[in-house]
Amino acid sequence: MWGFATNPACSEYLACGLGALVHFMPTTFRDLVAQNKRNSVLLVACMVLFTFVVGMVLGLAILAMMHPDMAAHISWQRSLGIGAIAAGCSLMLSILAYYSGDSFILTVSGARQIKHADDPELFNVVEEMAIAAGVPMPEVYLMDDPALNAFATGRDPQHASIAITTGLRSILSRDELQGVLAHEMSHVRNYDIRLMLLMAVLIGTIVMLSDVFWQMLRWGPNSSSSSRSSGSSKDSGKGGGAFVLILIVVAVLLALIAPLLAQIIQLAVSRQREYLADASAVELTRNPLGLANALRKIAADGHDLKSANRGTAHLFIANPIKKFEMRANSVFASHPPIEDRIARLEALVKSPV
Amino acid sequence: MEPSTVVLIVVGVVVLLLLFIVVGIFNGLVSKRVETQNAWSQIDVQLKRRYDLIPNLVETVKGYASHEKETFERVTQARNQAFSARGPNEVAAAENVLSGALKSLFAVAEAYPELKANQNFLGLQEELTSTENKVGFARQHYNDSVSQYNTALMSFPGNIVGGMFAFKPAEFFELDAAQAAAIREAPKVKF
Repeated sequence: MWGFATNPACSEYLACGLGALVHFMPTTFRDLVAQNKRNSVLLVACMVLFTFVVGMVLGLAILAMMHPDMAAHISWQRSLGIGAIAAGCSLMLSILAYYSGDSFILTVSGARQIKHADDPELFNVVEEMAIAAGVPMPEVYLMDDPALNAFATGRDPQHASIAITTGLRSILSRDELQGVLAHEMSHVRNYDIRLMLLMAVLIGTIVMLSDVFWQMLRWGPNSSSSSRSSGSSKDSGKGGGAFVLILIVVAVLLALIAPLLAQIIQLAVSRQREYLADASAVELTRNPLGLANALRKIAADGHDLKSANRGTAHLFIANPIKKFEMRANSVFASHPPIEDRIARLEALVKSPV
Repeated sequence: MEPSTVVLIVVGVVVLLLLFIVVGIFNGLVSKRVETQNAWSQIDVQLKRRYDLIPNLVETVKGYASHEKETFERVTQARNQAFSARGPNEVAAAENVLSGALKSLFAVAEAYPELKANQNFLGLQEELTSTENKVGFARQHYNDSVSQYNTALMSFPGNIVGGMFAFKPAEFFELDAAQAAAIREAPKVKF
């Protein structure tokens, strides 16, 4: 039963509390793309709703600890207002993160930009994919690393960069290289970078609220003596106190589970987007085997990517930290298991479009 | 407020909403149609690239395989024909002939190991292979954008707005039977 709950496919469905998603093997890449987009929308909606609710409850609880009287008499409009403020903070933070650049991740990973003359084949392959996608040519980077990996970054196709390790570059054939780069470009085309930033900020908000809540619980509200002595507390008395107590209990539970649940949802979304990028790559190359064979080669490699860590892992084509890849059949995997991805791609070959 | 005023306001809001929706659909159709036109011109851009690369390639190969005159002449002739072709059918036919001639040229080059090792030749081979791919992908992108445009135009509610403003479906890039047969033919190599 525990196996059932931690199987990634089931967590996708469970995370939204929906068991009714049809589970069929898509026969064309268009089916794959449509299915994944649906799943992503559902998951993100869950996430936003979740943040709103958590924001509301924790915000109220924090308020309750600072001014117990106010909390007891708070109207439902005010509660929604607090939830909206939490959402507003997230929005501002995400706008900041959105513009603060992809150059950061590129510098951190030690990538150097290449021009056409430096590696004509690589450059041409990317250019071909840009033409097939109808997007401007992204910047191309090479990372000096024997590990087999690649990533893409960029808030939209007009500001995109793609990087690939020298290890992967040397081991792939032209078709396989094209599959991998098409996968990476699809991440940018599908606005996955933007999506992941949004999710990260939503989680950040939840974690921050939980933190604030815990702090208040431990050290107590700082300036509540004035409100305690205000007049109306005698009338509200017991009713208000009970409400506040229940509120605090619920808030404690939420503060415990919420960050964890939020992470699970985020990783489920990350996995869906990986499947979507695979399907979109086939849409570009019209050659599922190219990417499938590349994934096989990547699966066989044992190296860890030196410059990656858990924070950036989701950007790469395969989990760069090998021991996580081994445990990919869990709810905490940022990438779906490679065998699954290969199987889905090869299923497309039987019924080409 | 009087009931008649309320009704007026509600009707006003509904009309405004409908207007926004129609404008949104119209703009969507326009941008999809413009994308198909852009995609069509991209095909030409890639085709023109080939014309510039080919003379270079012929010269390089001539340096090593000077007696393969027939193949060179075929390629040069095909290139000039394609360059001067006008009209989509003529262009498509000429392009196919050129593709066939290039395939022969590369097949011939296989027999000359020094040529195969020449950096210039390898670079040109990569460029021409890539250009062939780019032409293919440009056509693929054109067909994809036509597909998106036509689907939007023919589904509801696009068909209503499209009908109102006389949008016409775009045509797919297709090879007729003769061209398709020519392209699938294997290149002939004579030694």
